[in-house]
Amino acid sequence: MSKELSYLEAIREALAEEMRRDPKVFVLGEDVGAYGGAFGVTQGLHEEFGDLRVVDTPISESAIIGISVGASQRGYRPVAEMQFADFISCGFDQIVNQAATLRFRYGGRATVPIVVRAPSGGNVGGGLYHSQNAEAWFIHRPGLKVVAPSTPYDAKGLLKAAIRDDNPVVYFEHKYLYRRAKGPVPEGDDEIVPIGAAATRREGNDATLVAYGAMMLPSLEAADRLAKEGVEVEVIDLRTLLPFDKQAIFQSLDKTSRLLIVQEDVKTLGIASEISAVIMEEKFDALDAPVMRVTYPDTHPPFSHILEAANLPNADTIAAALRRLVEY
Amino acid sequence: MPPIKRTKFKLSSEQLLEMFYWLKLIRAFDLRLSTLVKQGKVRSGVYTGIGQEAIIVGTCFGLRREDFICPLHRDLGAFLMKGVDARTMMSQMFAKATGLSKGRDSALHSGVNELGIFGNTSMLGANLPVAAGIGFTFKMEKSDNVVIAYFGEGASNVGDFHEALNFAGVQQLPIVFICENNQYAYSVPLEKTMAIDDVAIRAEGYGFEGVAINGNDVLAVYQAMQGALARARGGDGPTLIECKTYRWHGHSEHDKAFYRTDEELAMWKSRDPIPTFTTYLRARHVLDDAKLKEIEDQAAHTIDDAVEFASNAPDPAAADAVTDLYA
Repeated sequence: MSKELSYLEAIREALAEEMRRDPKVFVLGEDVGAYGGAFGVTQGLHEEFGDLRVVDTPISESAIIGISVGASQRGYRPVAEMQFADFISCGFDQIVNQAATLRFRYGGRATVPIVVRAPSGGNVGGGLYHSQNAEAWFIHRPGLKVVAPSTPYDAKGLLKAAIRDDNPVVYFEHKYLYRRAKGPVPEGDDEIVPIGAAATRREGNDATLVAYGAMMLPSLEAADRLAKEGVEVEVIDLRTLLPFDKQAIFQSLDKTSRLLIVQEDVKTLGIASEISAVIMEEKFDALDAPVMRVTYPDTHPPFSHILEAANLPNADTIAAALRRLVEY
Repeated sequence: MPPIKRTKFKLSSEQLLEMFYWLKLIRAFDLRLSTLVKQGKVRSGVYTGIGQEAIIVGTCFGLRREDFICPLHRDLGAFLMKGVDARTMMSQMFAKATGLSKGRDSALHSGVNELGIFGNTSMLGANLPVAAGIGFTFKMEKSDNVVIAYFGEGASNVGDFHEALNFAGVQQLPIVFICENNQYAYSVPLEKTMAIDDVAIRAEGYGFEGVAINGNDVLAVYQAMQGALARARGGDGPTLIECKTYRWHGHSEHDKAFYRTDEELAMWKSRDPIPTFTTYLRARHVLDDAKLKEIEDQAAHTIDDAVEFASNAPDPAAADAVTDLYA
């Protein structure tokens, strides 16, 4: 029986194992040193690896990413922590104009092996600037990869894959899952979860539900409820948003002919929009119903629990959408 | 922190002539580019550094291959001095497949890690945090290599400048920050963009020394650079050298620069770094008419050859518009 870790511990274990395996891996960010990070993800790392591999930075998100790009050009594999995904806007230029374009403008003669960790998402009472989902900003940018694990297993395996990847990877870790999600993790230095591969979390023939991150929890709960009503929903965890696993969705649609996409991000131009467009272009004939979405409304994450709960997709709203989908 | 030493330096006649060659070559390269733009043979933005060559020659001369430079959009000469050949640079400007970026970008946005050159983006100042990252790796390795990070006085108003200099100061990184203060941020004169006279004093706020020097005197630049390099290689941290200069052409070749007076331009042209250095070399009997002609011919030949090569080089394949996005 393998050990069980929380999602947060899984991230920490991936960092520690990769730093032990490869001296070129180092972490930098605000409060990541002796304090161990705002959420405690990097606890113990400073003690083990010291000032030069666990680097407390000033409040300088743009420099944190820029420093990472610079180090990567000398063969290092920096893992930059944005304290909250919301703050990633302060480092936006260095990600989208510096890191994402570098290989292209160098004529393919260089790589940019950096990881930007971004604690994202709501349902933690964080308010406007500690709850955002910023993934859509980056799936729009060629040259980047974007991942968003939902389990401790994937949190560890995908972070290892991201660190070993030669491209800039934005790694969205969901704050709601930090201590709530517990489970087994991949063991051994070489156990990774490949970037670009979705995972089927539940099989079914009546409808396909695609989600990721913390939305996996209410999605699976909604699928359980539908099962009691005699409807078997296939639930796919995207895990990687850029590039997303088209084939996994296509194969499921061949069975079910119906697709619901759930995202915690706001509705307009999110990953759900893109998946829906791809299905229209390439898989229209497989559909027996229009593609449906359950998303955050196009608004900002409010502080009040009442207001935030009104915005977040939940098992009730997802189950209701699934019923509309199968009855269409 | 010890002030940078007014280092005595000794340059041999050969070295002085080599510096002179670089000044001539870089000037000739930019002048030819300007002509090629007018002829319609080079499209897109060309940002010449005509009038500013002494900064590049004075700071790049004698660098190690392992030292890393993070040049600006006007610093084509830095690429040449750090080891990229003229044919490749001209191909880059012609957007040919033989250029550094294979036609993806005509400007200086492409680096060469093996030669210690970082290619900046158009977001000015964005190269400075990158320089800090490279400098941090030298610190991790306890190496005495140095990063030379270039920026204009305009970019010293960007957040990245302050974030990078602050980090470099805190970490005592082996970086020499070179401000090419050419008086204008595109069209806006510096008195409208900053309330200080010298960018150099900004270094003090980050815990290291800044000096303002005559950027049109190649030996003054070289001397200040040797002091800053010695400090950086010795583990004593960064230095900012502000080189006062002037760009003769507009921001880019399409810019007629109506925002400045003829008198101002004439005044700065009288401080042209090349005749000044020529006079010095003649007075020291390092340069005579024959040697001058030889150097000018060599520079002209290099440029002619590069233009010939780039003109006949293959264009990029259309399919390469979507390649090299991922490793």
